[in-house]
Amino acid sequence: MSGIRISRLEKRYGDRTVLHELDLTVQSGEIFALLGPNGSGKTTLFRILSTLIAPDGGQAEVGGCDVVRDPSGVRTKIGVVFQSPSLDKKLTVRENLKYGGALHGLHGEELRSRIKAASASLRLDEKLDEIVETLSGGQQRRAEIAKCLLARPEILLLDEPSTGLDPSARIDLWTVLVRLREEHGMTVVFTSHLMDESAKADRVAILNAGRLIACDSPEQLLQTTGPEILRVATREEERVAKFLNDECALSPQIIEGEVRAATSDAHAIAARVTTALAPVVLSTTVSKPTLEDVFLFQTGCRFHE
Amino acid sequence: MNNTHFWRPSLALWHRDVVRFLRQRNRIIGALATPLVFWVLLGAGFTPSFSAPGAAGMSYAAYFFPGTLVLIMLFTAIFSTISIIEDRREGFLQGVLVAPVSPGAIVFGKFLGGTTLAVGQAILFCVLAPFAGISFPPALLPTLFLSFILVGFSMTGLGFLVAWPMDSTQGFHAIMNIVLMPLWMVSGALFPLPQGNSIIGWIGALNPVTYGVAAIRQSLGGQAVSGLPGIPLALGVTFLFCVGTYAASYWLVLRKRKIA
Repeated sequence: MSGIRISRLEKRYGDRTVLHELDLTVQSGEIFALLGPNGSGKTTLFRILSTLIAPDGGQAEVGGCDVVRDPSGVRTKIGVVFQSPSLDKKLTVRENLKYGGALHGLHGEELRSRIKAASASLRLDEKLDEIVETLSGGQQRRAEIAKCLLARPEILLLDEPSTGLDPSARIDLWTVLVRLREEHGMTVVFTSHLMDESAKADRVAILNAGRLIACDSPEQLLQTTGPEILRVATREEERVAKFLNDECALSPQIIEGEVRAATSDAHAIAARVTTALAPVVLSTTVSKPTLEDVFLFQTGCRFHE
Repeated sequence: MNNTHFWRPSLALWHRDVVRFLRQRNRIIGALATPLVFWVLLGAGFTPSFSAPGAAGMSYAAYFFPGTLVLIMLFTAIFSTISIIEDRREGFLQGVLVAPVSPGAIVFGKFLGGTTLAVGQAILFCVLAPFAGISFPPALLPTLFLSFILVGFSMTGLGFLVAWPMDSTQGFHAIMNIVLMPLWMVSGALFPLPQGNSIIGWIGALNPVTYGVAAIRQSLGGQAVSGLPGIPLALGVTFLFCVGTYAASYWLVLRKRKIA
């Protein structure tokens, strides 16, 4: 079976536990985001799934192969796109693709036709004979993906794929990922610290301090907070929070000079709190929830990038 | 379960090293220039006061020629292996480590690349041999070529063993100055090793690089220095040195990969 199954996965560095008994399943053909701030453990998880480091406990199966017992089996199923490209910058795109294919035992006509197909699919045909370091960041990322596609992996793992890309290259990258899933049924798993990027995935796992705090489709995750978010900026957070709790039956949170609460009637409550506590309320804001709000409500702390 | 590849990845890694090297002219010059400057200046400076055991009248430039060849191979091997450090963290090697490649292929490809470059550079330097009165007896050419290969291989091995566990290139330079250069210095490359009981003599006899230098020296004409290990012993020890550095490198990669 394809996809990824993780159960009770643990990783420690010295006496610091970076992954706490993580359970997670990625379905075959899914676009899946691992969202978390720095230090959340997402990169550690990425490195375990790509067989670069071994876990200290629990299991992880990638494409039906166990990462510890059968890492070379896993390696035949995955394509890995690193944050800092694994391309040789001094070589041409074609040379990089050739060597990349050779690592999977590809050669001759087969390799040539796959290079042609992969470069066409990623619009690199014109760039094949250019030295990698002369390409733009977006082109380099596409070349890296092309290299991964040569072996026709079932699962594509990407570490912070949009880092260093300008907005148009990000959109471009996203189009590529969606097409890969549609045309090849590929499973795409990427790590990210960007909310808007993660919100485009089929499902999102939110990690914080090595623990999975939520895992669902973005729509479902957003529903967990409530339809609207009320934010009150104030100098007396305790007083505002008490008012929202006692008078409006909400469960507010105090986060860095701001009181937040999820509600279905944010505008009316904003008016009430402003009227009742006029001297201490600096401003009120009503918005639709984002994944950041999901993170805030689950952890009680801000999502630091 | 064996679904890993060996030959094609090895050859790809080898080919990549050679292409990269040829594309970066400054590396070719860099690995040749320092030993060349040493050879010219030390040759000119020491020749008047130099006398090699058993070879009266031999110039220092002639004596130092095989040593310079080994230094060129050491430098070339270092240049080729030092790239492992950055490559593994944020470059080409990351992609190799997540591909179904047997760990032996990573070691073999890199050794093959380093050896090719080292031997190539050594042959290039041989153009200067006539200036030191050194000839190439045709009967000894196969031995010379074999010596180059074995020395190039073992030097790449030393570089690999230092580079693989390293996190920074600064660490590599420290080890190079503290370990690799002294190994070369006390090998009969720079000065004839003292005969009989002496600390330097013993260090030299235990130093595997000594045997590589001796093999190359005795494969060249005009190098009648006495007190060297014979060619069979010199080649034999150098071969074992190759096997040792290769085995140790393989073990390092295997341990790092934790591959099943």
